[in-house]
Amino acid sequence: MADSDGRQVDSINNATDEDVKLQEIVLAKNEGKELTKEEKQRLRKEKKQHKKSKKDDKGPPEKEKVKEKASVPVPSKPATQSPAHKAAPVPVNASASESPAAAEKPAKSKAELRAERRARQDSDRASKQGKKEVGQQSASSKPKATPNELQPVVKRLPEHVQVDDPAALKKLAKKLERQQVPLRSDYGYKVSLFSHLHQYSRKNPPTQQISIPATVIHPSIVRLGLQYSQGIIAGSNARSVALLHAFKQVIQDYSTPPNEELSRDLVNKLSPYISFLSQCRPLSASMGNAIKYIKKEISNIPSQCKEEEAKGELQACIDSYINEKIILASEAISKYAIEKISNGDVILVYGCSSLVNHILCKAFEKQRKFRVIVVDSRPRLEGRETLRRLVKKGIRCTYVLISALSYILPEVSKVFLGAHALLANGYVMSRVGTSQIALVAKAYNVPVLVCCETYKFCERVQTDSFVSNELDDPDDLIVTRNGKTHLENWQTVKSLGLLNLVYDVTPPDFVDLVITDLGMIPCTSVPVVLRVKNVDQ
Amino acid sequence: MELQAVLMAAGGGSRMMDLTYNTPKPLLPVGNRPLIWYPLNLLERVGFEEVIVITTKEVQKALSTDQRLKTDVKMRLDVVCIQEETDMGTADALRHIQQKIKTDILVVSCDLITDVALHEVVDLFRAHNATLSMLMSKVHEFTDTVPGQKGKKKAGEQRDFVGVDVTGKRLLFMANEADLEEGLVFRKSIMRKHPRMLIKTGLLDAHLYCLKRSVVDFLVHNKSVTSIRGELVPYLVRKQFSKMFGVHNKCTSKEEALLQLARERSCWNDHRGDMSEAYHGGKLRCYVHIMEEGMCYRVNTLAAYIEANRVVPKLFEDPPIHPTAVVTERSLVGSDSIIGPYCQISDKTSIKRSNVGTSSTIKEKVKITNSIIMNGVTIEEGCNIQGSVICNNAVIGRGADMKYCLVGSGQCIEPEGENAVVQCSSGYTTHTKTHTLHFCSSVVFVLNPAFCVCVCVHSLAHVCLFFV
Repeated sequence: MADSDGRQVDSINNATDEDVKLQEIVLAKNEGKELTKEEKQRLRKEKKQHKKSKKDDKGPPEKEKVKEKASVPVPSKPATQSPAHKAAPVPVNASASESPAAAEKPAKSKAELRAERRARQDSDRASKQGKKEVGQQSASSKPKATPNELQPVVKRLPEHVQVDDPAALKKLAKKLERQQVPLRSDYGYKVSLFSHLHQYSRKNPPTQQISIPATVIHPSIVRLGLQYSQGIIAGSNARSVALLHAFKQVIQDYSTPPNEELSRDLVNKLSPYISFLSQCRPLSASMGNAIKYIKKEISNIPSQCKEEEAKGELQACIDSYINEKIILASEAISKYAIEKISNGDVILVYGCSSLVNHILCKAFEKQRKFRVIVVDSRPRLEGRETLRRLVKKGIRCTYVLISALSYILPEVSKVFLGAHALLANGYVMSRVGTSQIALVAKAYNVPVLVCCETYKFCERVQTDSFVSNELDDPDDLIVTRNGKTHLENWQTVKSLGLLNLVYDVTPPDFVDLVITDLGMIPCTSVPVVLRVKNVDQ
Repeated sequence: MELQAVLMAAGGGSRMMDLTYNTPKPLLPVGNRPLIWYPLNLLERVGFEEVIVITTKEVQKALSTDQRLKTDVKMRLDVVCIQEETDMGTADALRHIQQKIKTDILVVSCDLITDVALHEVVDLFRAHNATLSMLMSKVHEFTDTVPGQKGKKKAGEQRDFVGVDVTGKRLLFMANEADLEEGLVFRKSIMRKHPRMLIKTGLLDAHLYCLKRSVVDFLVHNKSVTSIRGELVPYLVRKQFSKMFGVHNKCTSKEEALLQLARERSCWNDHRGDMSEAYHGGKLRCYVHIMEEGMCYRVNTLAAYIEANRVVPKLFEDPPIHPTAVVTERSLVGSDSIIGPYCQISDKTSIKRSNVGTSSTIKEKVKITNSIIMNGVTIEEGCNIQGSVICNNAVIGRGADMKYCLVGSGQCIEPEGENAVVQCSSGYTTHTKTHTLHFCSSVVFVLNPAFCVCVCVHSLAHVCLFFV
């Protein structure tokens, strides 16, 4: 009504009561501002509480979560009420007549209604999530895909991306202590964008605190962990095969303690080993899938099965998994990929992917005429290994560093890339630099083909390389040339941080085709494959 | 079980017969603990729970009776006795206990005193699936004057030539100067595979080896190999580059196939520049960990023994004066000396930078500097002992003045008149005359390990022959 009055005043007393009109307009505007300010404050408060209740869901123990959720809706209610109260005295203080108060009443009531509705939604959501948390198992921190897509799946953040959260670190330390696995400490200054990831040094091996005849952790697992941390076994396929080989030895040396069942006890035995391995080097997606498979196979062993028989069966399962998912898969992928390689092709490869190397060697054996350009990058310089293997086979190769990529691309007819994992939204996670290659290739209209076995498909979703990655030893970036090591004392320079990323994600728009053992699919069909796999299992 | 520890404690201590003709080397006191305690402590600290000890009957008796050893060492000691008369080399000893060995082994010598992080050596063994992994250290020059040796160290110490690759971890070449006739000889196959090799002399072999089980099987078949250090290690190092590998025989093919697959798919290589795969496809690999800093002593010479006694007490947090020792207030015991249990130190004695062993009695007005007094020694009043080593159960008579002497076990030096200066190189003095005996140069001839003849020439008309 203030507005209508103001307008009436306006219309009647245009010229003369300008000041009054102005005043009233200003008043109205101020009140309007105050109104919106109050509303804004209310909205802000509600948003904060909403976020807080969400964070509480993902944070530490469930009991606390349930308690907090119970308490969160309560403060939100008085919070919404207090701005309503605040709104009341403010117009009283305002110098205008009751018309502003009257005008605010409908606005206030609308805002209050909205606030109450929001508070109700919060409490509903909180109670639903509380129920879900209590009901969920906490076996592994890996998110599980539910077949029912309608119900939202609550995924807990894995520990290895929560390094800057002291509560998560404490939880991890407690868990490792319980399993008698030594905790590996982080090293050096971490760039702030990646402070939520672990960064270890190769000079502090994970075996420093393990007793020398390793008793708590099986010796083959200790050996494997050392080989991971020193980079002797690197590459997704190699790591999975070595992991399964070590598990075979563990199973062979395992003997069921009395009053225990193999199907349950063996899984419990494997947990500290897996913790140890993830301390040495964060697990890859392929390793995660292999571990899931083994755990499922172990728990499916019938209880009346004798120990020797069960062990033999498990060994056979592991052998068949490796045979099907890795060896035969690479044969199938080579067959599909060779169709795509024609005579006279110039193929660009990046880094060292065991699968791409296999494809090229097979294509060469099938008498295809092509030449290869190997692109390499520091600090790992894995392209040298690719170069060695291809040249040994007899393939004509060119070797460039990634900085020369745009110079060499006009010559290239196809790009073959390997993958570390394929994410559920079609993004390709691979060695750092792959997304650059895909980007520049797209700019030059060169087709990009990604080769990946289906066992590397992962239910994770990522759209950037920051959220979940791996930080390698920063000292790898230090190089000595002509006897001078410029970065030798990089730790003393406070404003300097060395960042050695291992992986990056490539969006599906840059990838033209994914060659898997199920066939050649577009990048966006990855969730379909995952769904089919889950239904199978 | 990953590793079994084997402690070689049957050696005779042939390079310090003055000390060991009566006491076996593993029981020599260093810092008031028997020498064998140090490697046992090292193994215990890293987490071993049982050790196979190969030793003689005497040492075995001492191990079971020595109170201190029994309380300090919590591991289970599986003592294997060998006869002293049979001149068994270390490899022969391994062959002797072949039945007990079920896994890879860690061989340690009883005279090793070190604070190395053992996981460095074992990690090389584990990560690269090596056949041999050993420990070496930079040699310390011993600067203290050694009783019984005038002038510089004898040039009898043969040099070791050790060749490592650019990373400093892979052992490519090992030879001792004694085995070489004209010069170093390198095989072309080594040079082709490792064009850059660093040759180091001045390294001390700590005699700590991680060996694969198949090596023990190899030893059983080849009875001609007697010593680990002298024959087995150079053989293994050479065999890395030969085409026939006899040490590794068939293994379970499935396991090998999987490991082979993993290695093929892995994008790692230990060298670059040539066309071969990791490790050049070789199955036999030898690695060495060279200690840059830290302490590593092999107590097999007198100089090393004295140096070890000097350095070791500082490392352990034992109280310098054992609580059971009786030390009167008017005596002066320096902060870097240690007094063993049940000692009796009388008034007006001054003990500086010395180690006094168990149950020793030191009477009044004695001055001991820079010396090592072993167990059960009695030192009468007024003695002045400097830079000397007094072995077990010796008795030093009144008023003796000894500089840089070594008094053998169970000997006694009769009381002098005043101003007697006794400078003896070794062994026994059954009696000393009242006039001074100067022994300007002493030459020690080692005729054979059983005898040590010292001929001392002095300026006066005495020529004394000391037999051991």
